[in-house]
Amino acid sequence: GFVRCASVGPGRIEKVLIANRGEIACRVMRTAKKMGVRSVAVYSEADRHAMHVAMADEAYHIGPAASQQSYLSMEKVMEVAKKSSAQAIHPGYGFLSENTEFAELCKQEGIVFIGPPSSAIRDMGIKSTSKHIMSAAGVPIIEGYHGEDQSDEKLQAEAARIGYPVMIKAVRGGGGKGMRIARSEVDFHEQLESARREARKSFNDDVMLVEKFVENPRHVEVQVFGDQHGNAVYLFERDCSVQRRHQKIIEEAPGPGISPEVRRKLGEAAVRAAKAVNYVGAGTVEFIMDAQHNFYFMEMNTRLQVEHPVSEMITGTDLVEWQLRVAAGEKLPLSQEEIVLRGHSFEARIYAEDPNNDFLPGAGPLLHLSTPQADEYTRIETGVREGDEVSAHYDPMIAKLVVWGEDRSAALKKLRYCLRQYNIVGLSTNIDFLLSLSGHPEFEAGNVHTSFIAQHHSELFPAPRAPSREVVCQAALGLLLRERARTQEFRACSDDKYSPFASSNGRRLNILYTRQMSLQLGENKVEVAVTYNPDGTYSMEIGEVVFQVSGELHKDGEALYLCCSVNGVLSRPKLVILDNTVHLFSMEGSAQVAVPVPKFLAGISTSGTQSGAVAPMTGTIEKVLVKAGDKVQVGDALMVMIAMKMEHTIRAPKAGVIKKVFFKEGSQANRHAPLVELEEEEGSEQ
Amino acid sequence: LLRCTRRMPAALSRFYHGDKVATIGSLQDTQSALFQENYERMQTLVQELKDRADKIKLGGGEKARKLHTSRGKLLPRERIDRLLDPGSPFLEFSQFAAYQLYGKEEVPAAGIITGIGRVSGVECIIVANDATVKGGTYYPVTVKKHLRAQEIAQHNHLPCIYLVDSGGANLPRQADVFPDRDHFGRIFFNQARLSSEGIAQIAVVMGSCTAGGAYVPAMADESIIVRKQGTIFLGGPPLVKAATGEEVSAEDLGGADLHCRKSGVTDHYALDDSHALHLARKAVRNLNYQKKLDVTMEPPEAPLFPADELYGIVGDNLKRNFDIREVIARIVDGSKFDEFKAFYGDTLVTGFARIFGYPVGIIGNNGVLFSESAKKNITGFMVGREYEAGGIAKDGAKMVTAVACANVPKITVIIGGSYGAGNYGMCGRAYSPRFLYMWPNARISVMGGEQAATVLATITKDQKAREGKEFTAEQEAAMKEPIIRRFEEEGSPYYSSARLWDDGIIDPADTRLVLGLSLSAALNAPTQKTRFGVFRM
Repeated sequence: GFVRCASVGPGRIEKVLIANRGEIACRVMRTAKKMGVRSVAVYSEADRHAMHVAMADEAYHIGPAASQQSYLSMEKVMEVAKKSSAQAIHPGYGFLSENTEFAELCKQEGIVFIGPPSSAIRDMGIKSTSKHIMSAAGVPIIEGYHGEDQSDEKLQAEAARIGYPVMIKAVRGGGGKGMRIARSEVDFHEQLESARREARKSFNDDVMLVEKFVENPRHVEVQVFGDQHGNAVYLFERDCSVQRRHQKIIEEAPGPGISPEVRRKLGEAAVRAAKAVNYVGAGTVEFIMDAQHNFYFMEMNTRLQVEHPVSEMITGTDLVEWQLRVAAGEKLPLSQEEIVLRGHSFEARIYAEDPNNDFLPGAGPLLHLSTPQADEYTRIETGVREGDEVSAHYDPMIAKLVVWGEDRSAALKKLRYCLRQYNIVGLSTNIDFLLSLSGHPEFEAGNVHTSFIAQHHSELFPAPRAPSREVVCQAALGLLLRERARTQEFRACSDDKYSPFASSNGRRLNILYTRQMSLQLGENKVEVAVTYNPDGTYSMEIGEVVFQVSGELHKDGEALYLCCSVNGVLSRPKLVILDNTVHLFSMEGSAQVAVPVPKFLAGISTSGTQSGAVAPMTGTIEKVLVKAGDKVQVGDALMVMIAMKMEHTIRAPKAGVIKKVFFKEGSQANRHAPLVELEEEEGSEQ
Repeated sequence: LLRCTRRMPAALSRFYHGDKVATIGSLQDTQSALFQENYERMQTLVQELKDRADKIKLGGGEKARKLHTSRGKLLPRERIDRLLDPGSPFLEFSQFAAYQLYGKEEVPAAGIITGIGRVSGVECIIVANDATVKGGTYYPVTVKKHLRAQEIAQHNHLPCIYLVDSGGANLPRQADVFPDRDHFGRIFFNQARLSSEGIAQIAVVMGSCTAGGAYVPAMADESIIVRKQGTIFLGGPPLVKAATGEEVSAEDLGGADLHCRKSGVTDHYALDDSHALHLARKAVRNLNYQKKLDVTMEPPEAPLFPADELYGIVGDNLKRNFDIREVIARIVDGSKFDEFKAFYGDTLVTGFARIFGYPVGIIGNNGVLFSESAKKNITGFMVGREYEAGGIAKDGAKMVTAVACANVPKITVIIGGSYGAGNYGMCGRAYSPRFLYMWPNARISVMGGEQAATVLATITKDQKAREGKEFTAEQEAAMKEPIIRRFEEEGSPYYSSARLWDDGIIDPADTRLVLGLSLSAALNAPTQKTRFGVFRM
């Protein structure tokens, strides 16, 4: 739990504006509420009904969905701050959190910016500057080129000097945006261009730096905190090595396998770094760590990080409370000696994305959402509720699941247990992937590094297993019992409440009713012959094997459970039936069984035979690389699309000649929209 | 074993303590030799019933079924299953129609499946031709079964859905199918009359619909046709060719495209059987039909005793007596029975109870009927000088008058012997009960076979005596034996069901369910006023 601080602040901050959305806005508001500080939310058109709006004491509309015109608009945020008489602005992470101009603007307007001084943001935001400062402060750094000559030739020459592989990074970048790896001279140019494009898009600045790329490094970062009285402390390190698309996915504190000696060194180096820029507030000093536990300064993030809860869990602190207190001019609540490391904590980020499709971000409604029970050792940091929409306009993170245990293995066990209870229907999520990741023996052993996913790819992405016949029986039973519930609903509102016709017992005179149910398991169709027995049980025949099945639906809170017996084996999976799909969630895993929609209800099929490339998701066409008449080979790049703030290269699904290009650069393409028409060349098929 | 374990909501405690109804029935000594013998013998009869029904369920031969399904068509029972609200029960009538009726020709269920089931929440009569049985052609009993279904629809105000897939009248038997009042033409007469009474007529053309059959969809309020399967024409391609020499395919002559686009005979165009049934469900939904009960309801309770104990109580020996209250106790809600005149004419048990919450009056035989029993409201009436002098004919007539004139829905279940005037007084087929069912042990005839044989033997003996001839015991036995055998055969429920003298043979353990379903169906029709004729005093 959080440590309660005895003293109360000077009372300068009574109302705080949270210039953010989603889980972090909710997170900040929770602490504000706890401290008796009123909270003001801002929201875009897309977030009108969002959770952070509902949680706030006041909320103001600040523009359309696009963040450029809402959450990134300094003027609008400032206007609300004045209108609502908020004394402080908490920027959360992302958006305006590391924007020097905004911090400056707050200062001018006499509003407290909950973060470091603008100078520290500037110094740390420009990577080349930050390294100079760190190097001077005695913090180990890594080889690189941070020069002003941004010509392709110079950058390529510097890359050759440093030696491949190199990392090309946007100087003002962060969060993996505008960052590419060039493994050799051959792909340097393409990677450089791509990094620049993304950087322009994200930061309106395409100045690049090049540095040595450490193979299989660990990403270790230290949580630091400074106050306005010159004090700075560290709250130990976090390991955020396991990443996909250069974005963190699972974080833990403390770092596994790190000796107290290294831990102390890391912390002290981080505090030196913070002091070098007169740091105030919450900050994170990121290091790259090699296999020998040598570490090098990477960058300093001048904000509260997404993964801050794991540090809170092992130190018993509330860092948002610290932020508010420090911003109000108070001293740090604890001295370095008073900060004690206890236990181990994990955070798993639950994203709307498709791990089986290169972690392609997704969006859509959360048709069903049920979470594990939150308690002192289990935190569910989220900004969405069932029925909410994960918007394509913002980050696709749905929630952070944070757990604490006495030691690493206890915490990991808890994490997996809770992940099984985190059930989402409506869009693809990475939950199953997080489960296979956190269950991997190498992960259990703590052997983590940034290439972990690539290295263990085959084990982390096992070939999908078809649900067992027993699971098919459960799904069929779920459908039958739902039918029964529907009949009962009908019966209850009819005038003839007790008619035996209004039952779902399938009774026939002198014979038994056997019903053919067709179910869809991925690509395969399964026929289940369900016989209604007079005693209310079912005999289900699948491929000449007969199962005796019976059960009931049980509602427990919001969730529906299927208490069932299949050949005498009792189980109680969570049941979600939406549209035409049955979802079963149990400790053994999740399964999906679909009911094929009859042709006459399906309308016109949208997919059809694929004769071209289609948009993987809704987004903007950034670049068109082909024109009608072009000959392409399988895998050739056709277009570059920007969607969910990420760049996607659309490649040719087969060889052939481009017949037609359906989109111009800058136009919007909907999910599954055909992008080009591709005519197969005669004789090209093998 | 066959206990119906439907779980019902517990009865509301809406009654004062003193209003509790005493229950009837008693725990049976299920280990007794008599009970066990009865149980086994009845079970054998029930098993025979189910085995026979299982065979009838298949419909036509394997070849015919394969041909049918290879065309992408559903079998008739599958059609009904998909038409009904998913998983809802189906009260099928006269499974044994035409059973062993046409010599070597097997016509399972008379090639037509009829019954009541819920479609979009509405109880409907469903009539489905089975094209795997002699092409779905109408035998005499097929016509009778179709007409009986329409009669049930009329009595109970149930919308009718016809799943048509029939070659029309069975030509070799046209004389017994076509010309008379209750023959083929009556189907369309009924459709017109039912429609005029506001009883919806919906036809789904899923196969051929030739000649007179074409009127089924044409006379319907709403009709649906399946493309490339359903055809409607007064004269099929062979007849057209014979008449005019014109060569035309069945599809062009009367397919879905023709009738939905040009002729307008059909209203809805279905892609396949499933689609057609889906459209039929929608059609029923759009009827805007609402069932309104005008009886009081109470939450149902299961009987206190298992239904299959009926096997051990009743058995198959009609000469053995049992207490009818034990039967009632295994049928009615909570085994609660309010008896009327318990000590008067105690061979007829009368009283009130509820079945699935519906209020019912029950009249049950507990032995032969005497004058007093008859006056209270049958195996048969008691004969003899004393009883004739007591006016049993007059009292029996009172009972017949009461039964004939009472305009409440009447449902008859023959659970043992139903003989002679007893059949009349206890609402036999001639008294038009809404539904009439038989247990597999039941017998129906003018009198018991034994009595009939004895009557005939006595007459012969007297005649011989007048002629001065001898009538030996051997001769008497030889004379009686075929009579007894014939009565036994003709009194059998299968013989009765084959000729549609009843609406079906049922498992005694299903009696409660069948009565509940029948009551539910019957309550679709508004109750009518009863006016009695003269009761001779």
